[in-house]
Amino acid sequence: MVFEDFFLRAIAAGVGVAIIAGPLGCFVVWRRMAYFGDTLAHSALLGVALGLLLGFNLTVGIIATAIMIALLVTLFQHQKRLASDTLLGIMAHSSLAISLVVLGLLQGFRVDLLSYLFGDVLAVTLEDIYWIYGGGIIAMILLSWIWKDLLALTLHEELARAEGINVTLVQTLFMVTVAIVIAIAMKVVGVLLITSLLIIPAAAARRFSTTPEQMAVIASIIGAVSVIGGLMGSLHWDTPSGPSIVVAQVTLFIGGLLFGSLLNKMVKRSV
Amino acid sequence: MVMEKTNTPHESSNTSGTSQPIECGCGHDHLNLQFASGEPLIQACNLTIKFGGHTAIRDVSLTVHKKEIVTLIGPNGAGKSTLLRALLRAIKPTSGEVWRRHGLVIGYVPQKLNIDPIMPMTVERFLSIPDHRPLDERKEALSNVGASHTLNQSVQSLSGGEFQRVLLARAILRKPDLLVLDEPVQGVDFQGQTELYKLISRLKEQSGFGILMVSHDLHIVMAETDRVVCINGHVCCSGAPTQVSDSPEYLALFGGQTKPGLAVYHHLHDHTHDDGHQHGPDCDHTSQGEQ
Repeated sequence: MVFEDFFLRAIAAGVGVAIIAGPLGCFVVWRRMAYFGDTLAHSALLGVALGLLLGFNLTVGIIATAIMIALLVTLFQHQKRLASDTLLGIMAHSSLAISLVVLGLLQGFRVDLLSYLFGDVLAVTLEDIYWIYGGGIIAMILLSWIWKDLLALTLHEELARAEGINVTLVQTLFMVTVAIVIAIAMKVVGVLLITSLLIIPAAAARRFSTTPEQMAVIASIIGAVSVIGGLMGSLHWDTPSGPSIVVAQVTLFIGGLLFGSLLNKMVKRSV
Repeated sequence: MVMEKTNTPHESSNTSGTSQPIECGCGHDHLNLQFASGEPLIQACNLTIKFGGHTAIRDVSLTVHKKEIVTLIGPNGAGKSTLLRALLRAIKPTSGEVWRRHGLVIGYVPQKLNIDPIMPMTVERFLSIPDHRPLDERKEALSNVGASHTLNQSVQSLSGGEFQRVLLARAILRKPDLLVLDEPVQGVDFQGQTELYKLISRLKEQSGFGILMVSHDLHIVMAETDRVVCINGHVCCSGAPTQVSDSPEYLALFGGQTKPGLAVYHHLHDHTHDDGHQHGPDCDHTSQGEQ
Protein backbone atom coordinates (compact mmCIF):
# COMPACT_ATOMS: atom_id res chain seq x y z
CA MET A 1 0.00 0.00 0.00
CA VAL A 2 1.37 3.38 -0.99
CA PHE A 3 0.26 6.40 0.99
CA GLU A 4 -0.05 9.88 -0.34
CA ASP A 5 2.14 12.59 1.18
CA PHE A 6 -0.79 14.32 2.85
CA PHE A 7 -1.64 11.09 4.62
CA LEU A 8 1.89 10.61 5.93
CA ARG A 9 1.91 14.23 7.11
CA ALA A 10 -1.38 13.59 8.90
CA ILE A 11 0.07 10.52 10.61
CA ALA A 12 3.19 12.43 11.64
CA ALA A 13 1.13 15.30 13.03
CA GLY A 14 -1.34 13.07 14.85
CA VAL A 15 1.31 10.82 16.39
CA GLY A 16 3.30 13.86 17.51
CA VAL A 17 0.28 15.26 19.32
CA ALA A 18 -0.63 11.86 20.77
CA ILE A 19 2.83 11.37 22.30
CA ILE A 20 2.67 14.57 24.37
CA ALA A 21 -1.09 14.26 25.01
CA GLY A 22 -0.49 10.94 26.80
CA PRO A 23 1.44 12.12 29.87
CA LEU A 24 -0.30 15.49 29.96
CA GLY A 25 -3.69 13.83 29.72
CA CYS A 26 -2.80 11.65 32.70
CA PHE A 27 -2.42 14.77 34.81
CA VAL A 28 -5.66 16.19 33.45
CA VAL A 29 -7.35 12.96 34.56
CA TRP A 30 -5.57 12.72 37.93
CA ARG A 31 -6.25 16.35 38.77
CA ARG A 32 -9.88 16.12 37.58
CA MET A 33 -9.36 18.89 35.10
CA ALA A 34 -11.26 17.53 32.11
CA TYR A 35 -13.63 20.49 32.12
CA PHE A 36 -10.74 22.88 32.54
CA GLY A 37 -9.11 21.38 29.46
CA ASP A 38 -12.37 21.78 27.60
CA THR A 39 -12.55 25.44 28.57
CA LEU A 40 -9.04 26.09 27.33
CA ALA A 41 -9.87 24.26 24.11
CA HIS A 42 -12.93 26.43 23.54
CA SER A 43 -10.89 29.52 24.23
CA ALA A 44 -8.46 28.41 21.53
CA LEU A 45 -11.03 29.45 18.94
CA LEU A 46 -10.93 32.90 20.50
CA GLY A 47 -7.21 32.82 19.77
CA VAL A 48 -7.96 32.08 16.12
CA ALA A 49 -10.43 34.95 15.94
CA LEU A 50 -8.04 37.38 17.62
CA GLY A 51 -5.18 36.16 15.44
CA LEU A 52 -7.18 36.82 12.28
CA LEU A 53 -8.46 40.14 13.59
CA LEU A 54 -5.07 41.46 14.63
CA GLY A 55 -3.11 39.67 11.98
CA PHE A 56 -0.60 37.59 13.89
CA ASN A 57 0.32 33.94 13.68
CA LEU A 58 -2.67 31.80 14.59
CA THR A 59 -0.74 29.22 16.65
CA VAL A 60 0.87 31.99 18.68
CA GLY A 61 -2.57 33.56 19.11
CA ILE A 62 -4.04 30.28 20.32
CA ILE A 63 -1.24 29.66 22.83
CA ALA A 64 -1.42 33.22 24.14
CA THR A 65 -5.21 33.14 24.52
CA ALA A 66 -5.18 29.75 26.19
CA ILE A 67 -2.52 30.88 28.67
CA MET A 68 -4.49 34.04 29.37
CA ILE A 69 -7.72 32.13 29.97
CA ALA A 70 -5.84 29.65 32.17
CA LEU A 71 -4.45 32.44 34.32
CA LEU A 72 -7.84 34.12 34.43
CA VAL A 73 -9.48 30.92 35.63
CA THR A 74 -6.82 30.46 38.32
CA LEU A 75 -7.34 34.02 39.42
CA PHE A 76 -11.12 33.66 39.60
CA GLN A 77 -10.93 30.34 41.39
CA HIS A 78 -9.73 32.13 44.51
CA GLN A 79 -13.11 33.78 44.88
CA LYS A 80 -15.67 31.60 46.56
CA ARG A 81 -18.93 32.95 45.20
CA LEU A 82 -19.08 30.89 42.02
CA ALA A 83 -18.42 27.17 41.91
CA SER A 84 -15.50 26.20 39.77
CA ASP A 85 -17.55 24.34 37.16
CA THR A 86 -19.94 27.29 36.80
CA LEU A 87 -16.97 29.56 36.26
CA LEU A 88 -15.43 27.20 33.70
CA GLY A 89 -18.77 26.90 31.91
CA ILE A 90 -19.07 30.67 31.64
CA MET A 91 -15.50 30.95 30.33
CA ALA A 92 -15.84 28.10 27.85
CA HIS A 93 -19.06 29.18 26.27
CA SER A 94 -18.49 32.90 26.35
CA SER A 95 -15.14 32.51 24.63
CA LEU A 96 -16.67 30.18 22.05
CA ALA A 97 -19.55 32.58 21.42
CA ILE A 98 -17.35 35.66 21.29
CA SER A 99 -15.00 34.02 18.83
CA LEU A 100 -17.90 32.96 16.59
CA VAL A 101 -19.22 36.52 16.63
CA VAL A 102 -15.78 37.94 15.83
CA LEU A 103 -15.28 35.43 13.03
CA GLY A 104 -18.68 36.42 11.67
CA LEU A 105 -17.72 40.06 11.70
CA LEU A 106 -14.49 39.43 9.79
CA GLN A 107 -15.97 40.01 6.37
CA GLY A 108 -13.04 39.54 4.04
CA PHE A 109 -12.00 36.15 5.40
CA ARG A 110 -13.50 32.89 4.30
CA VAL A 111 -12.94 31.01 7.52
CA ASP A 112 -13.45 27.28 7.41
CA LEU A 113 -15.14 27.03 10.77
CA LEU A 114 -15.61 23.27 10.63
CA SER A 115 -11.88 22.69 10.33
CA TYR A 116 -11.33 24.67 13.53
CA LEU A 117 -14.13 22.93 15.38
CA PHE A 118 -13.33 19.38 14.29
CA GLY A 119 -9.82 19.63 12.93
CA ASP A 120 -8.52 19.00 9.46
CA VAL A 121 -5.52 16.81 9.94
CA LEU A 122 -5.44 15.72 6.30
CA ALA A 123 -4.67 19.32 5.38
CA VAL A 124 -1.69 19.84 7.68
CA THR A 125 1.29 21.44 6.03
CA LEU A 126 4.95 20.87 6.72
CA GLU A 127 4.93 24.12 8.70
CA ASP A 128 2.14 22.77 10.89
CA ILE A 129 4.26 19.72 11.60
CA TYR A 130 7.18 21.90 12.63
CA TRP A 131 4.84 23.71 15.01
CA ILE A 132 3.50 20.44 16.39
CA TYR A 133 6.93 18.92 17.03
CA GLY A 134 8.46 22.18 18.22
CA GLY A 135 5.60 22.86 20.62
CA GLY A 136 5.43 19.20 21.59
CA ILE A 137 9.13 19.10 22.50
CA ILE A 138 8.84 22.29 24.56
CA ALA A 139 5.76 20.90 26.31
CA MET A 140 7.57 17.62 26.96
CA ILE A 141 10.59 19.41 28.44
CA LEU A 142 8.36 21.56 30.66
CA LEU A 143 6.33 18.59 31.79
CA SER A 144 9.31 16.40 32.61
CA TRP A 145 10.86 19.29 34.49
CA ILE A 146 7.83 19.75 36.77
CA TRP A 147 6.82 16.07 36.76
CA LYS A 148 7.83 15.02 40.28
CA ASP A 149 6.64 18.23 41.93
CA LEU A 150 3.37 18.19 40.03
CA LEU A 151 2.85 14.59 41.06
CA ALA A 152 3.45 15.45 44.72
CA LEU A 153 1.04 18.34 44.67
CA THR A 154 -1.55 16.29 42.80
CA LEU A 155 -1.43 13.79 45.66
CA HIS A 156 -1.58 16.39 48.42
CA GLU A 157 -1.12 20.09 47.85
CA GLU A 158 -0.39 20.95 51.46
CA LEU A 159 2.19 18.21 51.72
CA ALA A 160 3.94 19.53 48.63
CA ARG A 161 3.89 23.04 50.04
CA ALA A 162 5.11 21.85 53.45
CA GLU A 163 8.01 20.05 51.89
CA GLY A 164 9.16 23.08 50.00
CA ILE A 165 7.64 22.81 46.53
CA ASN A 166 6.76 26.09 44.84
CA VAL A 167 3.13 25.18 44.20
CA THR A 168 2.17 28.33 42.31
CA LEU A 169 5.10 28.06 39.92
CA VAL A 170 4.46 24.39 39.19
CA GLN A 171 0.73 24.95 38.63
CA THR A 172 1.39 27.87 36.31
CA LEU A 173 3.92 25.93 34.25
CA PHE A 174 1.45 23.06 34.03
CA MET A 175 -1.20 25.37 32.63
CA VAL A 176 1.24 26.80 30.11
CA THR A 177 1.99 23.23 29.01
CA VAL A 178 -1.73 22.46 28.64
CA ALA A 179 -2.15 25.64 26.61
CA ILE A 180 0.69 24.70 24.25
CA VAL A 181 -0.61 21.19 23.73
CA ILE A 182 -4.14 22.44 23.06
CA ALA A 183 -2.81 24.82 20.46
CA ILE A 184 -0.97 22.09 18.59
CA ALA A 185 -3.72 19.48 19.07
CA MET A 186 -6.26 21.81 17.52
CA LYS A 187 -4.87 21.13 14.07
CA VAL A 188 -5.51 17.43 14.49
CA VAL A 189 -8.93 17.11 16.11
CA GLY A 190 -10.27 20.66 16.46
CA VAL A 191 -11.43 22.52 19.56
CA LEU A 192 -14.48 20.42 20.30
CA LEU A 193 -12.60 17.13 20.48
CA ILE A 194 -9.25 18.12 22.01
CA THR A 195 -10.20 17.02 25.52
CA SER A 196 -10.88 13.52 24.26
CA LEU A 197 -7.31 13.34 22.99
CA LEU A 198 -6.13 14.11 26.51
CA ILE A 199 -8.44 12.03 28.65
CA ILE A 200 -9.44 8.93 26.69
CA PRO A 201 -5.93 7.45 26.19
CA ALA A 202 -5.11 8.23 29.84
CA ALA A 203 -8.31 6.59 31.07
CA ALA A 204 -7.68 3.58 28.83
CA ALA A 205 -4.11 3.27 30.11
CA ARG A 206 -5.10 3.14 33.79
CA ARG A 207 -6.02 -0.53 33.69
CA PHE A 208 -2.65 -1.58 32.36
CA SER A 209 -0.39 0.40 34.66
CA THR A 210 0.85 0.26 38.23
CA THR A 211 2.81 3.51 38.42
CA PRO A 212 2.10 7.03 37.15
CA GLU A 213 5.01 6.84 34.71
CA GLN A 214 3.76 3.60 33.19
CA MET A 215 0.34 5.12 32.74
CA ALA A 216 1.86 8.11 30.94
CA VAL A 217 3.82 5.96 28.49
CA ILE A 218 0.92 3.59 27.84
CA ALA A 219 -1.40 6.56 27.26
CA SER A 220 1.00 7.87 24.61
CA ILE A 221 1.08 4.48 22.90
CA ILE A 222 -2.71 4.13 22.97
CA GLY A 223 -3.02 7.67 21.61
CA ALA A 224 -0.56 7.00 18.77
CA VAL A 225 -2.23 3.71 17.86
CA SER A 226 -5.64 5.36 17.74
CA VAL A 227 -4.32 8.17 15.55
CA ILE A 228 -2.97 5.64 13.04
CA GLY A 229 -6.05 3.46 13.30
CA GLY A 230 -8.44 6.39 13.07
CA LEU A 231 -6.71 7.87 10.02
CA MET A 232 -6.64 4.49 8.25
CA GLY A 233 -10.33 4.11 9.00
CA SER A 234 -11.08 7.59 7.77
CA LEU A 235 -9.22 6.85 4.54
CA HIS A 236 -10.97 3.53 4.10
CA TRP A 237 -14.52 4.60 4.87
CA ASP A 238 -14.12 8.23 3.82
CA THR A 239 -15.11 9.56 7.23
CA PRO A 240 -13.99 12.86 8.82
CA SER A 241 -10.47 12.41 10.17
CA GLY A 242 -10.63 14.08 13.61
CA PRO A 243 -13.79 12.32 14.77
CA SER A 244 -12.45 9.05 13.34
CA ILE A 245 -9.40 9.33 15.61
CA VAL A 246 -11.65 9.86 18.62
CA VAL A 247 -13.79 6.88 17.62
CA ALA A 248 -10.64 4.78 17.41
CA GLN A 249 -9.68 5.94 20.92
CA VAL A 250 -13.05 5.03 22.33
CA THR A 251 -12.85 1.64 20.63
CA LEU A 252 -9.49 1.02 22.28
CA PHE A 253 -10.84 2.25 25.61
CA ILE A 254 -13.83 -0.10 25.53
CA GLY A 255 -11.69 -2.91 24.16
CA GLY A 256 -9.30 -2.36 27.05
CA LEU A 257 -12.16 -2.53 29.54
CA LEU A 258 -13.47 -5.80 28.10
CA PHE A 259 -10.02 -7.31 27.72
CA GLY A 260 -9.11 -6.23 31.23
CA SER A 261 -12.14 -7.78 32.88
CA LEU A 262 -11.66 -10.93 30.80
CA LEU A 263 -8.07 -11.06 32.00
CA ASN A 264 -9.20 -10.60 35.60
CA LYS A 265 -11.63 -13.49 35.27
CA MET A 266 -8.97 -15.74 33.82
CA VAL A 267 -6.56 -14.85 36.63
CA LYS A 268 -9.24 -15.54 39.22
CA ARG A 269 -10.11 -18.86 37.62
CA SER A 270 -6.51 -19.98 37.54
CA VAL A 271 -5.98 -19.12 41.21
CA MET B 1 -12.82 -0.68 72.38
CA VAL B 2 -10.60 -3.68 72.88
CA MET B 3 -8.17 -3.30 75.73
CA GLU B 4 -4.97 -5.13 75.41
CA LYS B 5 -4.14 -7.02 78.61
CA THR B 6 -0.48 -6.49 78.92
CA ASN B 7 1.65 -5.62 81.86
CA THR B 8 4.54 -4.18 79.97
CA PRO B 9 6.01 -1.46 82.13
CA HIS B 10 6.59 2.02 80.87
CA GLU B 11 9.40 1.97 78.43
CA SER B 12 9.65 5.65 78.37
CA SER B 13 11.16 8.10 80.71
CA ASN B 14 10.32 11.74 80.69
CA THR B 15 12.97 13.17 78.48
CA SER B 16 12.41 16.62 79.88
CA GLY B 17 14.24 15.41 82.98
CA THR B 18 13.85 17.32 86.19
CA SER B 19 12.36 20.46 84.79
CA GLN B 20 8.93 21.36 85.99
CA PRO B 21 6.56 23.32 83.80
CA ILE B 22 5.93 26.92 84.63
CA GLU B 23 2.23 27.58 84.56
CA CYS B 24 0.59 30.90 84.54
CA GLY B 25 -2.14 30.25 82.05
CA CYS B 26 -1.77 33.62 80.49
CA GLY B 27 -1.61 32.28 76.99
CA HIS B 28 2.11 32.43 76.37
CA ASP B 29 4.35 29.54 75.79
CA HIS B 30 6.81 30.17 78.57
CA LEU B 31 8.15 26.67 78.32
CA ASN B 32 10.32 27.71 75.42
CA LEU B 33 12.90 28.66 78.00
CA GLN B 34 13.18 25.22 79.48
CA PHE B 35 14.33 23.39 76.42
CA ALA B 36 16.73 25.99 75.27
CA SER B 37 19.47 23.34 75.32
CA GLY B 38 18.11 21.89 72.06
CA GLU B 39 18.54 23.89 68.90
CA PRO B 40 15.27 25.59 67.89
CA LEU B 41 13.93 24.29 64.58
CA ILE B 42 10.76 26.20 64.00
CA GLN B 43 9.15 29.03 65.86
CA ALA B 44 5.85 30.84 65.74
CA CYS B 45 5.99 34.31 67.24
CA ASN B 46 2.73 35.94 68.30
CA LEU B 47 0.79 34.51 65.40
CA THR B 48 -2.66 35.89 64.78
CA ILE B 49 -4.66 34.53 61.88
CA LYS B 50 -8.01 35.91 60.79
CA PHE B 51 -10.34 34.55 58.16
CA GLY B 52 -12.62 37.38 57.14
CA GLY B 53 -13.79 38.78 60.45
CA HIS B 54 -13.23 35.58 62.36
CA THR B 55 -10.09 35.19 64.42
CA ALA B 56 -8.89 31.59 64.14
CA ILE B 57 -5.87 31.94 66.41
CA ARG B 58 -4.71 34.87 68.44
CA ASP B 59 -1.24 35.71 69.64
CA VAL B 60 0.08 32.16 69.57
CA SER B 61 3.76 31.49 70.13
CA LEU B 62 5.33 28.09 69.88
CA THR B 63 8.79 26.64 69.44
CA VAL B 64 9.90 23.15 68.54
CA HIS B 65 13.48 22.23 69.29
CA LYS B 66 15.70 19.47 68.05
CA LYS B 67 14.91 16.06 69.58
CA GLU B 68 11.82 17.45 71.21
CA ILE B 69 8.28 16.15 70.92
CA VAL B 70 5.59 18.80 71.10
CA THR B 71 1.98 17.69 71.05
CA LEU B 72 -0.65 20.21 70.07
CA ILE B 73 -4.10 19.51 71.50
CA GLY B 74 -7.35 21.39 71.58
CA PRO B 75 -11.04 21.00 70.85
CA ASN B 76 -12.46 20.99 67.33
CA GLY B 77 -12.23 24.39 65.73
CA ALA B 78 -9.57 25.50 68.20
CA GLY B 79 -7.20 26.45 65.42
CA LYS B 80 -4.80 23.49 65.62
CA SER B 81 -4.84 22.92 61.88
CA THR B 82 -4.68 26.65 61.20
CA LEU B 83 -1.57 26.92 63.35
CA LEU B 84 -0.05 23.90 61.69
CA ARG B 85 -0.76 25.24 58.22
CA ALA B 86 0.79 28.57 59.15
CA LEU B 87 3.90 26.78 60.39
CA LEU B 88 4.03 24.84 57.13
CA ARG B 89 3.63 28.13 55.25
CA ALA B 90 0.41 27.02 53.62
CA ILE B 91 -1.33 30.15 54.92
CA LYS B 92 0.00 33.59 55.72
CA PRO B 93 -0.54 34.91 59.24
CA THR B 94 -2.45 38.17 59.67
CA SER B 95 0.22 39.26 62.11
CA GLY B 96 3.20 37.63 63.76
CA GLU B 97 5.96 35.61 62.21
CA VAL B 98 7.02 32.07 61.49
CA TRP B 99 10.71 31.49 61.79
CA ARG B 100 12.43 28.37 60.47
CA ARG B 101 15.99 27.29 60.89
CA HIS B 102 17.79 27.89 57.62
CA GLY B 103 17.47 24.89 55.32
CA LEU B 104 15.04 23.10 57.62
CA VAL B 105 13.86 19.85 56.06
CA ILE B 106 10.31 18.98 57.05
CA GLY B 107 8.78 15.53 56.80
CA TYR B 108 5.03 15.86 56.80
CA VAL B 109 2.43 13.21 57.53
CA PRO B 110 -0.92 14.74 56.66
CA GLN B 111 -4.11 13.84 58.44
CA LYS B 112 -5.77 12.56 55.31
CA LEU B 113 -4.29 11.57 52.03
CA ASN B 114 -6.76 10.02 49.69
CA ILE B 115 -5.18 8.79 46.51
CA ASP B 116 -7.79 8.58 43.80
CA PRO B 117 -7.98 5.09 42.27
CA ILE B 118 -7.45 6.68 38.85
CA MET B 119 -3.81 7.23 39.80
CA PRO B 120 -1.82 4.02 39.75
CA MET B 121 0.57 4.11 42.68
CA THR B 122 2.50 1.37 44.37
CA VAL B 123 4.06 1.79 47.79
CA GLU B 124 7.46 1.42 46.14
CA ARG B 125 6.75 4.38 43.86
CA PHE B 126 5.01 6.41 46.55
CA LEU B 127 8.09 6.38 48.75
CA SER B 128 9.98 8.26 46.04
CA ILE B 129 7.62 11.23 46.19
CA PRO B 130 8.61 13.93 45.61
CA ASP B 131 12.28 13.00 45.18
CA HIS B 132 13.75 9.75 44.00
CA ARG B 133 15.17 7.50 46.73
CA PRO B 134 17.31 4.43 46.07
CA LEU B 135 15.34 1.20 46.30
CA ASP B 136 17.37 -0.21 49.20
CA GLU B 137 16.75 2.99 51.18
CA ARG B 138 13.05 2.66 50.51
CA LYS B 139 13.07 -0.98 51.58
CA GLU B 140 14.95 -0.10 54.74
CA ALA B 141 12.51 2.68 55.62
CA LEU B 142 9.59 0.31 55.11
CA SER B 143 11.08 -2.37 57.30
CA ASN B 144 11.84 0.34 59.85
CA VAL B 145 8.15 1.11 60.16
CA GLY B 146 7.18 -2.55 60.00
CA ALA B 147 5.48 -2.45 56.62
CA SER B 148 7.92 -4.35 54.40
CA HIS B 149 5.16 -6.55 53.05
CA THR B 150 3.45 -3.58 51.38
CA LEU B 151 6.31 -2.73 48.99
CA ASN B 152 4.63 -3.94 45.81
CA GLN B 153 1.04 -3.30 46.82
CA SER B 154 -0.97 -0.43 45.47
CA VAL B 155 -1.49 2.31 48.05
CA GLN B 156 -5.24 2.17 47.59
CA SER B 157 -5.29 -1.41 48.88
CA LEU B 158 -3.64 -0.64 52.23
CA SER B 159 -5.45 -0.54 55.55
CA GLY B 160 -5.53 2.70 57.55
CA GLY B 161 -2.75 1.58 59.88
CA GLU B 162 -0.56 0.30 57.04
CA PHE B 163 -0.96 3.53 55.12
CA GLN B 164 -0.01 5.57 58.18
CA ARG B 165 3.19 3.54 58.41
CA VAL B 166 3.90 4.06 54.72
CA LEU B 167 3.32 7.79 55.15
CA LEU B 168 5.78 7.76 58.05
CA ALA B 169 8.32 5.84 55.99
CA ARG B 170 8.02 8.38 53.18
CA ALA B 171 8.46 11.26 55.61
CA ILE B 172 11.58 9.79 57.28
CA LEU B 173 13.12 9.01 53.89
CA ARG B 174 13.52 12.75 53.49
CA LYS B 175 15.86 12.66 56.49
CA PRO B 176 13.88 15.46 58.09
CA ASP B 177 14.97 17.80 60.86
CA LEU B 178 11.36 18.16 61.86
CA LEU B 179 8.60 15.62 61.54
CA VAL B 180 5.12 17.10 61.44
CA LEU B 181 2.34 14.64 62.21
CA ASP B 182 -1.29 15.69 61.85
CA GLU B 183 -3.39 13.37 64.00
CA PRO B 184 -1.28 10.34 63.15
CA VAL B 185 -3.39 7.86 65.11
CA GLN B 186 -6.78 9.02 63.95
CA GLY B 187 -8.88 6.13 62.73
CA VAL B 188 -6.42 3.59 64.09
CA ASP B 189 -7.66 1.24 66.80
CA PHE B 190 -6.42 1.45 70.37
CA GLN B 191 -3.87 -1.30 70.00
CA GLY B 192 -2.63 0.31 66.82
CA GLN B 193 -2.34 3.71 68.51
CA THR B 194 0.09 2.55 71.17
CA GLU B 195 2.09 0.70 68.53
CA LEU B 196 2.26 3.74 66.28
CA TYR B 197 3.33 5.93 69.19
CA LYS B 198 6.05 3.47 70.11
CA LEU B 199 7.17 3.41 66.49
CA ILE B 200 7.27 7.22 66.26
CA SER B 201 9.29 7.43 69.45
CA ARG B 202 11.73 4.78 68.24
CA LEU B 203 12.21 6.61 64.94
CA LYS B 204 12.88 9.80 66.85
CA GLU B 205 15.50 8.08 68.99
CA GLN B 206 17.16 6.72 65.85
CA SER B 207 17.25 9.92 63.86
CA GLY B 208 17.03 12.72 66.41
CA PHE B 209 14.52 14.91 64.63
CA GLY B 210 12.06 17.17 66.41
CA ILE B 211 8.40 16.22 66.29
CA LEU B 212 5.38 18.46 66.15
CA MET B 213 2.23 16.41 66.50
CA VAL B 214 -1.44 17.36 66.46
CA SER B 215 -3.71 15.15 68.51
CA HIS B 216 -7.47 15.09 68.69
CA ASP B 217 -7.44 13.52 72.15
CA LEU B 218 -7.54 16.14 74.88
CA HIS B 219 -6.25 13.93 77.67
CA ILE B 220 -4.23 11.06 76.31
CA VAL B 221 -1.00 11.89 74.54
CA MET B 222 2.08 10.05 73.46
CA ALA B 223 4.12 9.19 76.56
CA GLU B 224 7.38 10.58 75.21
CA THR B 225 5.84 13.97 74.62
CA ASP B 226 8.07 16.60 76.14
CA ARG B 227 5.49 19.29 76.03
CA VAL B 228 1.78 19.48 75.47
CA VAL B 229 0.39 22.74 74.18
CA CYS B 230 -3.34 23.11 74.51
CA ILE B 231 -4.80 25.71 72.23
CA ASN B 232 -8.27 27.07 71.87
CA GLY B 233 -7.87 30.15 69.78
CA HIS B 234 -4.88 31.01 71.92
CA VAL B 235 -2.50 28.95 74.02
CA CYS B 236 -4.63 27.87 76.96
CA CYS B 237 -1.97 26.00 78.85
CA SER B 238 1.08 23.93 78.24
CA GLY B 239 3.30 21.59 80.15
CA ALA B 240 4.67 18.09 80.38
CA PRO B 241 2.21 15.22 80.44
CA THR B 242 1.87 13.23 83.65
CA GLN B 243 3.39 9.83 83.51
CA VAL B 244 1.95 8.57 86.78
CA SER B 245 -0.43 5.74 86.32
CA ASP B 246 -2.42 6.46 89.47
CA SER B 247 -4.02 9.64 88.19
CA PRO B 248 -7.82 9.28 88.18
CA GLU B 249 -8.07 9.82 84.41
CA TYR B 250 -5.55 7.15 83.73
CA LEU B 251 -7.23 4.69 86.06
CA ALA B 252 -10.60 5.42 84.56
CA LEU B 253 -9.33 4.85 81.07
CA PHE B 254 -7.15 1.86 81.53
CA GLY B 255 -8.62 0.18 84.61
CA GLY B 256 -5.36 0.19 86.50
CA GLN B 257 -3.37 -1.22 83.64
CA THR B 258 -0.28 0.60 82.58
CA LYS B 259 -0.44 1.27 78.87
CA PRO B 260 2.87 1.68 77.16
CA GLY B 261 3.21 4.62 74.86
CA LEU B 262 0.48 6.78 76.36
CA ALA B 263 0.39 9.42 79.07
CA VAL B 264 -2.18 11.70 80.61
CA TYR B 265 -2.13 15.44 80.30
CA HIS B 266 -3.63 17.57 83.07
CA HIS B 267 -5.07 20.81 81.88
CA LEU B 268 -4.40 23.82 84.01
CA HIS B 269 -6.98 26.22 82.75
CA ASP B 270 -7.57 29.18 85.00
CA HIS B 271 -9.65 31.17 82.63
CA THR B 272 -12.91 30.83 80.81
CA HIS B 273 -13.79 31.64 77.24
CA ASP B 274 -17.21 33.04 78.02
CA ASP B 275 -16.13 36.46 79.09
CA GLY B 276 -13.03 36.83 77.06
CA HIS B 277 -9.43 36.44 77.98
CA GLN B 278 -8.76 36.30 81.69
CA HIS B 279 -5.47 35.83 83.35
CA GLY B 280 -4.22 33.86 86.26
CA PRO B 281 -3.11 35.79 89.29
CA ASP B 282 0.61 35.48 88.63
CA CYS B 283 0.60 36.31 84.98
CA ASP B 284 2.69 39.13 83.80
CA HIS B 285 2.82 39.61 80.09
CA THR B 286 5.87 41.78 80.17
CA SER B 287 8.27 39.78 82.27
CA GLN B 288 8.34 36.56 80.29
CA GLY B 289 9.80 37.17 76.89
CA GLU B 290 10.07 34.71 74.08
CA GLN B 291 13.49 33.33 73.75
